[in-house]
Amino acid sequence: MHIIDRRLNPRGKSLVNRQRFLRRARDMVRGAVRDSLGSRKIREIESEGEVSIKPGGVHEPTLRRDSSSGNRDHVLPGNRVFRTGDRIKRPQSGEASGSKAGQGNGEDEFRFILTREEFLDLFLEDLELPDLAKRQLTASDAFDIRRAGYTVTGSPSALSVPRTMRNAMSRRLAMRRPSKAEMDELEEEIAGLEAKAVPTEKDRKTLGELRERFEALVRRRTLIGYIDPIDLRYRRFEQDPRPISQAVIFCLMDVSGSMNEHMKELAKIFFILLYLFVTRCYRHVEIVFVRHTDSAQEVDEDTFFYSTETGGTRVSAALEEMLDIVRKRYSPLDWNIYLAQASDGDNFTRDNPRTMSLMRDEILPLVQYAAYLEVSDAPASPTAASAMGEERPSNLWQAYQEIGTAGGKFAMRKVHSRKDIYPVFRELFQRRGMARAS
Amino acid sequence: MNAPTSTLLYRGSDWDFDTLQRIYDAVERIAIGELGLNVYPNRIEVITSEQMLDAYASTGMPIFYKHWSFGKQFLANDLLYRKGLRGLAYELVINSDPCISYVMEENSATMQTLVIAHAAFGHNHFFKNNYVFKQWTDAEGILDYLEFARHYIARCEERHGQAEVERLLDAAHALMQQGIHRYPRAAPLNLNAERRREEERRAYEEATYNPLWRTLPKKKRGKRENRDERRRTFGLPQENVLYFLEKSAPRLRGWQREILRIVRLIAQYFYPQRQTKVMNEGCAVWCHYRILERLHKTGQISDGAFMEFLHSHSNVLYQPVYDSGHYGGHNPYALGFGIMQDIERICIDPTEEDRLWFPEFAGGNEPVEVLKNAWANYRDESFVAQFLSPHLIRKWRLFKLDDNESEDEVRVAAIHDEQGYREIRRTLARHHDVAWQDPDIQIVDVDFDSDRKLLLEHSVRDKVLLEPDDAERVLQHLADLWGYEVILTEVSGADRKSLNTYTIEPRPGLFF
Repeated sequence: MHIIDRRLNPRGKSLVNRQRFLRRARDMVRGAVRDSLGSRKIREIESEGEVSIKPGGVHEPTLRRDSSSGNRDHVLPGNRVFRTGDRIKRPQSGEASGSKAGQGNGEDEFRFILTREEFLDLFLEDLELPDLAKRQLTASDAFDIRRAGYTVTGSPSALSVPRTMRNAMSRRLAMRRPSKAEMDELEEEIAGLEAKAVPTEKDRKTLGELRERFEALVRRRTLIGYIDPIDLRYRRFEQDPRPISQAVIFCLMDVSGSMNEHMKELAKIFFILLYLFVTRCYRHVEIVFVRHTDSAQEVDEDTFFYSTETGGTRVSAALEEMLDIVRKRYSPLDWNIYLAQASDGDNFTRDNPRTMSLMRDEILPLVQYAAYLEVSDAPASPTAASAMGEERPSNLWQAYQEIGTAGGKFAMRKVHSRKDIYPVFRELFQRRGMARAS
Repeated sequence: MNAPTSTLLYRGSDWDFDTLQRIYDAVERIAIGELGLNVYPNRIEVITSEQMLDAYASTGMPIFYKHWSFGKQFLANDLLYRKGLRGLAYELVINSDPCISYVMEENSATMQTLVIAHAAFGHNHFFKNNYVFKQWTDAEGILDYLEFARHYIARCEERHGQAEVERLLDAAHALMQQGIHRYPRAAPLNLNAERRREEERRAYEEATYNPLWRTLPKKKRGKRENRDERRRTFGLPQENVLYFLEKSAPRLRGWQREILRIVRLIAQYFYPQRQTKVMNEGCAVWCHYRILERLHKTGQISDGAFMEFLHSHSNVLYQPVYDSGHYGGHNPYALGFGIMQDIERICIDPTEEDRLWFPEFAGGNEPVEVLKNAWANYRDESFVAQFLSPHLIRKWRLFKLDDNESEDEVRVAAIHDEQGYREIRRTLARHHDVAWQDPDIQIVDVDFDSDRKLLLEHSVRDKVLLEPDDAERVLQHLADLWGYEVILTEVSGADRKSLNTYTIEPRPGLFF
């Protein structure tokens, strides 16, 4: 008998099958995942989640006998009152014919748990940051230099002395180059013999041999150089194109008193989606959070999402702050800049022209894409919504409307409730070429 | 016994590999020494719960080819397990030589003892000795064959594309239950030889391929064969649909036939397990009960451990009555173990009634021999038909209901009395006959001279037709594989009257 410990075997043996299943059920799972946004809490979006789908597409049919027709008999345990010949009302399915109930539920929903990665993949499929392609071309001539081993040719400045000396030494050893000590020894011996006053015949003969040997050694020593061109090694460098999808995202949000909790939550969801999306798709992305009332400041993520401020609303402050940050840290030559702004649309009327001109004349030329999301309370009824939306556009909305689309660079949308956010988000960041598809 | 504690195999619930070895040795002494079980060599593998879920997903086998349906299985089990709706099995055992038992690392020492007795000796003995297994499975070759199957299918995916292979497997899986030879005819399978033969055949084909053959003029068709001759040529009627497709489908390519064959052989491998669920589990439960009882009596496990064992033992045997709300059919563990215990009782202490019903062994006082004989020579259906005693029918208060389509009420046809015993026993036995539970579907004819229609027949029993949605989908798969129209007629078994007909055209461009 053998006992084998398999606990350390590679895990995830079912991973491939699992992925194949998800791919097969992709459309259904994607639908389920997106529906789940409405019911999930913000913090849960990123965690793994349970979804359920209709079994239709992943049903495995077999030829089996119908459970509802025909004559059948049952043998059941636990008789207390029946006698042979008794007649009983046919029980509702799932009672006495319990054995059949287990087989008939083929149409129930199929539920399972997705991992965080699977969830996000499906959630954010088909999205990309707009206009990345444009800067990719201009940015791709920037290179980083990186060491990449050794080469036999190169400029003298790149000569690697240790590597060259190592090669030379091994070559000398291999070719048996006479060493200095060996030569000295021989020379001494010769000198010793030469110094003899009365050399014998034998001495003379030895001396001749030694001199011959010495000369051979000298020849050999000149033939086998101390350093040979073959030993030379140069440090090799390679040029790596610098990461091309370098981008920074500015999240601007109004946190003034006029933004109530509902609106803030909508904005938060939007930013969180954006954040998830960005951190997933692109490695070289930085995010800057700017919140504003009548003044603006850059804050960290937590403060941005979870702390409150009071004050009036001056949108231009936030735009100015953003421009300031861009000037200091994100040169438009090196960075793709994106702007996402969320607000309830309130603004000092006085501030509107300034905001508009900042946006149009200073920011839009710098950025790849700017999206403005106007959040508002859930309308009491659909008709009220359209009435509000059409008759009284907000201050900021009016101002931004004058900008137009700025050549596809600027987009604005309104959002009333949680379930609107995802479609709007998709619309804004849909992969090019797929636009207008949904 | 001066120091009774020294005979204990373990204390508490912790175990290590030495403990496991000690437990195994002790269990083996009883199983082989006292009970005389005949088992394959054992291999015990310790796994985690996650690996157990993995194993579940591939029908318990350690090696299996890739398909999305196993992923679906995995996700479904995963959810149930994580929500605590379902515990995992404590063990999983594979009918192979050596016999592999998986035990979970979370099990307590007592549970490991139970598992070793249950799987490594109970199931193992059953696998090795039962005639259905001997006839249909090749314990020695199964792991090699699965390895071959996995490689073969992976290679097909590389050559022909994953989507193509997946479609084929979908179709083959749908017909899996129609891919079984229910009655033996060929020589016993040797999966190893099977694999070698396929490899040789393919190598030969590749080595001798010569495009010149294609240029030869086609032979003139012979004159029409008559129906009987044709049916004889194709071995019709044929209930093994996958076998028929593999051998005779006109348009399938070589690798497609081979994959059908793989699915068919695996279905065949599992067929004995479906036929012997009650007996197999009953045998394992009887063995573990007997062995643990002996271990306790000889002081090798403590009272506490024995109580723990009894707790899970009785959980396994729980059989709710029909109106309790938990009823979900007969619990095969309870049924099998109940009958086997009853056999023991009849052997040792029979009543007059038992002597009348079981004259062959009542009072024979050799229960283990009788049981071994039963384990070797019966399957569920014949086992119930032979050994379910009136005593048990009374004890479980079994009764039989007749549910007639044309009537509003169901009729109590038999209860646990003198008139009812035999009828109840016969009916229960039939309910455990897999061949009777599965619909009887056969390929009856194929028209190779004109439009190559494939004709199938479902012999309807008791007016129970096929589940229509599923039937349509499966037949669609069948038509796709066959390449031409498929017609399934449901005829009533008695008067051959046609009750229902499906006519399905293949979807063009799917395989051909």
